[in-house]
Amino acid sequence: MRFTLRVWRQKDAKSPGQFETYEVDGVPADASFLEMLDILNEKLIKEGKEPVAFDHDCREGICGSCGLFINGRAHGPLPNITTCRLYMRHFKDGDTITIEPFRARPFPVIKDLVVDRSALDRIIQKGGYISVNTGSAPDANSIPIAKAAADRAFDYATCIGCGACVAACKNASAMLFTSAKVAHLALLPQGQPERRERVKRMVAQMDAEGFGHCSNTGACAVECPAKIPLSAIARLQRDFIWANLTPDPYAR
Amino acid sequence: MAEIATPVAPSVVPAPSWREGELILQNACPTGDLEKRWTRHKDNLRLVAPHNKRKLEIIVVGAGLAGASAAATLGELGYRVKVFVYHNSPRRAHSIAAQGGINAAKNYRNDGDSIWRLFYDTIKGGDFRARESNVYRLAEVSVKIIDHCVAQGIPFAREYGGYLDTRSFGGAQLMRTFYARGQTGQQLLLGAYAALQRQVELGNVQVFYNHELLDVVVEEGKAKGVIVRNLITGQISRVAAHAVVLATGGYGNAYYLSTNAKMSNATAIWRAHRRGAYFGNPSFVQIHPTCIPQSGDYQSKLTLMSESLRNDGRVWVPRKKGDTRPPHETPDSERWYYLEEWYPAFGNLVPRDIASRAAKRVCDMGYGVGPTGRAVYLDFSDAIRRFGREVIYQRYGNLFEMYEEITGESPWETPMRIYPAVHYTMGGLWVDYNLMTNIEGLYAIGEANFSDHGANRLGASALMQGLADGYFILPYTIGHYLATQLTQKLSTDTAAFADAEKETRQRIGNLLNTKGTRTVDEFHRELGKILWDQCGLARNAEGLRTAMSQIRELRERYWKEVKVVGTNEGFNQTLEKALRVADFLELGELMIIDAYHREESCGCHLREEYQTEEGEALRNDKDYAYVAAWQWQGEKEPPVLHKEPLTFEFVKPTVRSYK
Repeated sequence: MRFTLRVWRQKDAKSPGQFETYEVDGVPADASFLEMLDILNEKLIKEGKEPVAFDHDCREGICGSCGLFINGRAHGPLPNITTCRLYMRHFKDGDTITIEPFRARPFPVIKDLVVDRSALDRIIQKGGYISVNTGSAPDANSIPIAKAAADRAFDYATCIGCGACVAACKNASAMLFTSAKVAHLALLPQGQPERRERVKRMVAQMDAEGFGHCSNTGACAVECPAKIPLSAIARLQRDFIWANLTPDPYAR
Repeated sequence: MAEIATPVAPSVVPAPSWREGELILQNACPTGDLEKRWTRHKDNLRLVAPHNKRKLEIIVVGAGLAGASAAATLGELGYRVKVFVYHNSPRRAHSIAAQGGINAAKNYRNDGDSIWRLFYDTIKGGDFRARESNVYRLAEVSVKIIDHCVAQGIPFAREYGGYLDTRSFGGAQLMRTFYARGQTGQQLLLGAYAALQRQVELGNVQVFYNHELLDVVVEEGKAKGVIVRNLITGQISRVAAHAVVLATGGYGNAYYLSTNAKMSNATAIWRAHRRGAYFGNPSFVQIHPTCIPQSGDYQSKLTLMSESLRNDGRVWVPRKKGDTRPPHETPDSERWYYLEEWYPAFGNLVPRDIASRAAKRVCDMGYGVGPTGRAVYLDFSDAIRRFGREVIYQRYGNLFEMYEEITGESPWETPMRIYPAVHYTMGGLWVDYNLMTNIEGLYAIGEANFSDHGANRLGASALMQGLADGYFILPYTIGHYLATQLTQKLSTDTAAFADAEKETRQRIGNLLNTKGTRTVDEFHRELGKILWDQCGLARNAEGLRTAMSQIRELRERYWKEVKVVGTNEGFNQTLEKALRVADFLELGELMIIDAYHREESCGCHLREEYQTEEGEALRNDKDYAYVAAWQWQGEKEPPVLHKEPLTFEFVKPTVRSYK
């Protein structure tokens, strides 16, 4: 297959970027999108040109490293899939494909298609965990958890932290990301002691990083490779209101 | 499309050579009752008082299961911890891709499990090439891992009563594998990552993103720090610490195509090896039986289909050679369920090395399926009929989807086609019972060490070992060394640091100044092909000799012909790759020497000269019941082989039978 690629090139965070056009030929239909970029890069290196920088690692949809904005959509034309799991058979021979980095103010460009997503880690630092030290746990089966609760918690816990939700959102909101963790831990008995503080602190950090507000368009859930449902956001909203508006029973 | 040049062997083929070193008799293993060894050992370890812990700095390199769990736990204890990861977040390490589960001797099933049985299965699974003391300790702490992970909020699969569910894995006749759908590694890693983030928030741990280790600094036999490169700015820095922990994973990517993530590499452990750390059993590489077969040269990696699928999937090929009928048209009587026939006791759940070799054997015999004839079927139709779609979806939903995305075929309609692929390395840096290498203060944990799996790792044991090392072993043993370092002042202003930095800069300069014509990937593919052909599923002396000279020649060409564009200053993924492949080229040679020297078959290591009539591994305990610990002597010098004898006081090494 043959493609014309319009690729965003940017030297570093401080320099302005622009689109460059490249032709790539002889791409097998069974190649993944990233393998197509490998083929382009091999060609560029042979020509003595700088290859296109892009993030990738596991190439099986779980590490959350890859994230390209392809033809105006996070992770490309298919819903709920990472870029590495997108195959060229989903494009037409001769297509022109536009490739950009995930765009959001809290995701500064490092180079070309690579962005800094450490803002997401800083949200987790504010409470995306249960404060338990190694060695202090009781026997695992001493806390029975209804299967339905464990299954729902799992659904929210599968977030891969790729940031597609942010890239897909017109407000660059990190609500789906943040709420997935809040919902996962709120559903489990282990998550109860810190439930109030967690939602308040994580939302505050999300705001501090410069992510926008959620206006419930649902664009995030369409692209989310982990299929985090929008109900995560509803659960966060409920917890947030509860934590802020109901009296803390343990307040002095 | 890059072409793979067929390497030409020089007419005179030098045999792989090495020098015999000394026996390793000190491995810090306790003696006495097996059941009490770890407890007694812990009681005898030196302690560091809380006010002193605050003064001790530890570097942890890598934040996969082992690194993140170790760093978090060391932070909880009060040490000052610096973590370096080459990823853009500590949540991205390749532990995240582990699918099937984690073993633990909980016996929640009441099916007769015990610490002893997990110990025995693991040491037998490794074909009696691991230490009894280490493996028993692993089985012992497995129980606490599950407790801790549940307390962290990891959503393991549960039964309707609310208690934890388990399933079977290869090499075990019990159901001791805990799991979180097909994403157990992800959930466990995110648990360790979250614990790490908590320590970051508390100020005990600093995580340096986009930093890759390029050298280990050793002075007077002690680890003093590391040289790291900031992958965004290209800045090269010296970092000093009282101890250095390498948790940088395995080196399966030496083969180019593997189930590892693209960036997984051997540089950290290889640089440590070059600074004096012994490398244990480098040729022990696990080839996983159930991966999606390769479909073309453009392919950048292979994708694993979890071993858990063999709980319900049946492996078969048509009984008639060259049968091109679609699989659903082949009647049951004309299907050859060769694993069930050859290994009735374990059936489709034989260990990985056995299943991989069996797949190779039926394909070599001409029964393989698919366009290349290098694949076998993994069929779920019986299980779907028996349990219904819903149950099968609950168990393997995400794996079925992944298979369909990659191949365009639905496992609901037609059997999966699978073939073995490089997956995990049992070999790694040699460590003693305290997980310390022979360099004092330098530790290796998780897949980076040669550890507990002997010559073959059982499924669902990698997660167990990574977390055992990180949560429950290293945090105890490292104090024993650190207690002796309280008065050591840290400094990067020493000759050893200056030398290491200078050498690193030279290596980078050499790569950037080699104005060659061939890309790093072209060389890497060539190396991979040599290793896969001669040091893969089956090995023999002649092939290994050929491979040795091919790798030598490839390495020489690499430093003359490779083309690395760009500069050191700034984000340069080509340079990163070039540095990693340079180290794989050296490590590949050691893998060949190790495979050549071990004139027996054991576990993953099948020497064609040493097998039974049925093609099973023929072990030689008299001559080879030892860990091969290799010492670096220089680029042109043969390495020195130190043997650590393996003695078995509690189990009797037997012919490993799964029939």
